[in-house]
Amino acid sequence: MRKEIRLAGFGGQGIILAGYILGKAAGLYADKEAVFTQSYGPEARGGACAAQVIVSDEPVDYPLFDEAEFLVLMSQEAAEKYGPTAKIGATVLIDTELVDLSSVDLPDVEVLGAPFTRIAEQDFGLRIVANIVMLGFVTAATGLVEREAAEEAIRTEVKERFIDLNLRAFAAGLERGQQIVAEAVA
Amino acid sequence: MDHSLLERLQLSPDGIQIANRRLIQGNEAICEGAIAAGVHFYAGYPITPCTEIAEQMSIRQPQVGGVYLQMEDEVGSINAVMGASLTGKKAMTATAGPGISLMQDGIGWTQTDEIPSLIVNVQRAGPGLGNATRSGQMDVMQARWGPNGDREAVVLAPSSVEEAFWLTLKSVNLSERLRMGVIMLTEGLLGLMREVIDLPDFSTVPIEDRITPESHPDAGQYDGSRTEIRPFASFGTGYRSINGAWQPPGQVSNYYAGSGLSGLDAQDYNIRRLHDKVLSRRDELTFTESSETEDAEVLLIAFGTQARVARFAKDELRRQGVKAGLLRLVTLFPFPEEIVRAAAANAKQVIVPEMNLGQIRGEVSRALRMHDAEIVGVNHVDSTYIEPDEIISMVPAAARRQREGAAV
Repeated sequence: MRKEIRLAGFGGQGIILAGYILGKAAGLYADKEAVFTQSYGPEARGGACAAQVIVSDEPVDYPLFDEAEFLVLMSQEAAEKYGPTAKIGATVLIDTELVDLSSVDLPDVEVLGAPFTRIAEQDFGLRIVANIVMLGFVTAATGLVEREAAEEAIRTEVKERFIDLNLRAFAAGLERGQQIVAEAVA
Repeated sequence: MDHSLLERLQLSPDGIQIANRRLIQGNEAICEGAIAAGVHFYAGYPITPCTEIAEQMSIRQPQVGGVYLQMEDEVGSINAVMGASLTGKKAMTATAGPGISLMQDGIGWTQTDEIPSLIVNVQRAGPGLGNATRSGQMDVMQARWGPNGDREAVVLAPSSVEEAFWLTLKSVNLSERLRMGVIMLTEGLLGLMREVIDLPDFSTVPIEDRITPESHPDAGQYDGSRTEIRPFASFGTGYRSINGAWQPPGQVSNYYAGSGLSGLDAQDYNIRRLHDKVLSRRDELTFTESSETEDAEVLLIAFGTQARVARFAKDELRRQGVKAGLLRLVTLFPFPEEIVRAAAANAKQVIVPEMNLGQIRGEVSRALRMHDAEIVGVNHVDSTYIEPDEIISMVPAAARRQREGAAV
């Protein structure tokens, strides 16, 4: 089974790192094949940037995709630019305080979200962990990787003294994600 | 670790120990493969999309006791690489776009003056400045024919991050064995893509070193054979440059002084020897991967990233009942003509998808000039990637099915 996720935001939000951690979780700790690509070039500096991860049980021949079945939007500019790349029926995950989808050209999709950046600020006093809060939410909402695999990828990727903070941020996002998914189902 | 990948590159997996498993970029895999092969000198000028190679080498070379040198431009870079190699170091550079054009003079010297070195071109799209942040496969024939003069070129193209690691190692080994610059032609997409790779313990990988006069007692005398590779005396090892074990063959009159050959005879001999030294060793440097080509009526021939797309298309065609096969070229030059002919033995149609306007298709057509298969290309030069459906729609039976499917 091949699954494709695009994570988009603005340069500096840690979008690429979040995608990389997700790819690492899938490829190294979840016994799956993973290919990670990122948008690249001048347009990534300060502007919209994106990371793409393909997670599969089989070797990934075709390393790219256009339409995403999972799409994360962390800024308005990214939403305008990458919103139209959502597949029909896709799950679109947004930072609810940074993204207004009313002006975005979206196909028929399911939208879930939480204020990732505000959670990061309020619960941890650090806006910088918004990407990890988001990653927790993504883990709960997409089922691309197990919680343990994502946590292991975080543990091996961030500096020792920040591991605990990041794991707590991940847990906060994960719990919010589980709650939102449960509400959506009900 | 993919054993079939190693065996395809004629690298014995025996004894290789895995050190760690990582999710790394193709560009980083090239750095690690080069270091594993013993490259201790990198000179370059950063350019998108291969800047990560320079960046990573600036970190890694000091760690392994090597040198990272950022030069003023690409001309300086390739000349620094030659200089380092002439002192006995394994040396490399990497560039892209206009950078590889600037290096052509030096690349020609590494081939004709027999200076082992690795030149990596992480292809971006377009001629001229091109599109820096976009990928392409447009430098294929330049890699073969860029420098002046009649020469052979060894050009190798990886398709995955894991293959980029091992092919880099192999390229360095071949450059040492053949005593010449070897070109690795990769792509922006592969350079920046991350895949999981089992990195080996570098002390357990098979590496090769150039033959030196010290290791070759008959080094002093040129043996006159067509395929000879002369021992390489590093500058500063006590050998005189004229009539010694080593002399730049670009200066033919000096190189052959004392050999009995002179003037135009020496020139003729030298050019033919440089050809034959490579072509007589084709078995050692021809790497390809065949999938279901034995009974293939539709043969896909592809390289680099587009071979991955082609594999996807081939599998889909097989699912539809089309006898499709894929020949993936790792060695682009010397062009593996005989392998292409063998793979196309039963083919009625040969499809060559590539991100240029038909550079490999031209070589395929030349190889199959006595063959009556229809040879078609699927070509992108707009920096978008070829979609499997575009390849599939070239096959009449599959195209019919696509149309019928669309009608339903």
